[in-house]
Amino acid sequence: MSKEKKDKPQPAGDLDLTIYREETKEHPLLDDLSKLSPEDRRILLMTGVDPSGKERSGSFFQKDHSVIHCRTDFDGAEIMSTTTAREKYDGLTEYWGKLVPADKDVYTRRAEEHQEHGYYIRSLPGADVHYPLQACLYLTEDKLAQDVHNIVIAEEASNLNIITGCATAPGVRSGLHVGVSEFFVKKGATISFTMIHNWAEEMAVRPRSAVIVEEGGTFISNYICLVPAKDLQMYPAATLKGKGAVATFNSVLLAKPGSFMDVGSRIILQGEGCRGEVISRVVSTGGTVIARGHLVGEYPGIRAHLECKGLLLSDKGRIHAIPELEGTTSDLEMSHEAAVGKIAQEEVEYLMARGLSEQEATALIIKGFLSLDIVGLPADLKKELERMIEETDTEAM
Amino acid sequence: MLDEFQLAVKDLHVSIGKKEILKGVNLQIKKGEVHAIFGPNGSGKTTLLNALMGFEGYTVKGEIFFDGKDISHLPINERARLGIGISFQRPPVIRGVKLQRLIETSAKKNGNALEKYAKGLNLVDFLEREVNVGFSGGEIKRAELLQLILQDPDLVLLDEPESGVDLENIALIGEYTNYLLGKIREPNQDKTMKELHRERKKSGLIITHTGYILDYVDVDVGYILMQGQIACKANPRDMLHTIRECGFGECFRCFREEETSVKRKKG
Ligand SMILES: Nc1ncnc2c1ncn2[C@@H]1O[C@H](COP(=O)(O)OP(=O)(O)O)[C@@H](O)[C@H]1O
Ligand SMILES: [Mg+2]
Repeated sequence: MSKEKKDKPQPAGDLDLTIYREETKEHPLLDDLSKLSPEDRRILLMTGVDPSGKERSGSFFQKDHSVIHCRTDFDGAEIMSTTTAREKYDGLTEYWGKLVPADKDVYTRRAEEHQEHGYYIRSLPGADVHYPLQACLYLTEDKLAQDVHNIVIAEEASNLNIITGCATAPGVRSGLHVGVSEFFVKKGATISFTMIHNWAEEMAVRPRSAVIVEEGGTFISNYICLVPAKDLQMYPAATLKGKGAVATFNSVLLAKPGSFMDVGSRIILQGEGCRGEVISRVVSTGGTVIARGHLVGEYPGIRAHLECKGLLLSDKGRIHAIPELEGTTSDLEMSHEAAVGKIAQEEVEYLMARGLSEQEATALIIKGFLSLDIVGLPADLKKELERMIEETDTEAM
Repeated sequence: MLDEFQLAVKDLHVSIGKKEILKGVNLQIKKGEVHAIFGPNGSGKTTLLNALMGFEGYTVKGEIFFDGKDISHLPINERARLGIGISFQRPPVIRGVKLQRLIETSAKKNGNALEKYAKGLNLVDFLEREVNVGFSGGEIKRAELLQLILQDPDLVLLDEPESGVDLENIALIGEYTNYLLGKIREPNQDKTMKELHRERKKSGLIITHTGYILDYVDVDVGYILMQGQIACKANPRDMLHTIRECGFGECFRCFREEETSVKRKKG
């Protein structure tokens, strides 16, 4: 289809992949994440992953190409390497490559060729995985490529909370992370998926994600990236197939100088009474952000909204909001709202009149702007997110 | 002596772009005094307070002394830290920042003061809300007052604290303006009420278009600001009475006569 081509945000194969190493050694297993070094633990915490496993239903930890830790503390859920899951469940043929075909682009192709694990997460029918399962993909070697394939399944009427953190260890400057993720939200199920990126400055990152939501299902994605990323490009898509299916994508991005982030979310609404929402908050202190959003309404009566707000704090930065609405039937309720601007001087002065320095005032405004009030986020995660925004380095701004 | 004055403004000229808005304003507010400025819309009242606070966008000439110290070149936050506080006529909204957070960042008073005054001003539920987002006119003014009370400045600049406030809430605004000005003091074990009263040294400059606030707050001196100049300085009650009876037209007439008579004398 020619439409498909037009929708592709960037020509595939835009990165020089020859500079990354494909092979590395295996790491030994680790029975307890709290045995990680203090530095590693700190990075994990900043990525939403709690090494103590407290208030988590289970943990998965992949270091480079090795899954070194994996445990479940809740009977209603499974978490393991996708490689293990494929051995255990006949290749996961019902799911594998069904939403993100291997031949989609160069990155999905290389993920198919070079795949080293990734996580398989499944909530059993009717289970309430209240405390999130946490998965961490950790890169500890410079110039290494990490290609993972993740599968997430919420069986009928289950409730599944997930936190995934992707991070690089101290000392790593560059690397490649390619992650194919396929999400299946079955009838009446809910997935709340929070992904936090905490990369080294020179990382190239290519997530490739797709979601399918059946009747009465809900998919909530929260994506947070507050650290520089040299080259990040992703455009996850959720297809709402069943009656009353719902999807929400929230993104919070901070692009420091040298960052390039091309991030969007797409929702395709195909069933009666489906609803979708794409919300993003973007701050650039000198980096470039292309904030995309695409709503496709294919069923009469659906409702969807797209909102992108950008704050540009430097003349060297660039924020390009590209909201798209596409209807293929009449009787749709789709809207969008996009605004890109700088910090209002009036707001800074208001806070200064209360005694804050210009820098304190600016930092408070930025933090307020980023603190998107994410509905449906578990309370502890909300707190964690607030803490992360709080600890964001605004000195350089 | 300058420092018997909390605020002394000398020959203040303020321009926005090429347009001169204030044309030589002189003001002196003694410690413990409260002054009020009346004046028609557009006469430069807000401009005066904003220039005193040091906001951007104004070209300021002349002198501003706060407690004997020339502050005319200090940034806004340093003026605030020295003890000047302002209630905005129309404050901006600060998205994502909770009122409580802002107050805690800027407050000097601590302990249970926030809880107490928030309760008194019917703002307890607002502490968890984003600053000024979706606040009604009256809620904005009460929130401004709450912030200021906690900030506890020595000189309070109030820009139309009662505009947009319904009658019922004006009494509340009036009462808490008195807390802000230190005119109402809590009984204190160590000091008699008389001593407390003698101690109060907070000063205020209140802009009021309607004058309603004067029904609740005692004001020592009143001014009329017209076309960027102080046209009249008098007893605020008399002033308000005349304005209510005759409107600013009367002031304008008087102002013109003075101008022409000055010119006549000069000529
Ligand atoms: N930012 C601005 N740019 C141009 N003119 C302004 C600006 N702000 C105020 N003025 C003008 O300055 C004059 C005084 O305004 P203001 O101080 O707000 O009056 P008041 O508070 O007495 O109603 C008005 O004529 C107004 O239009
Ligand atoms: Mg005004």
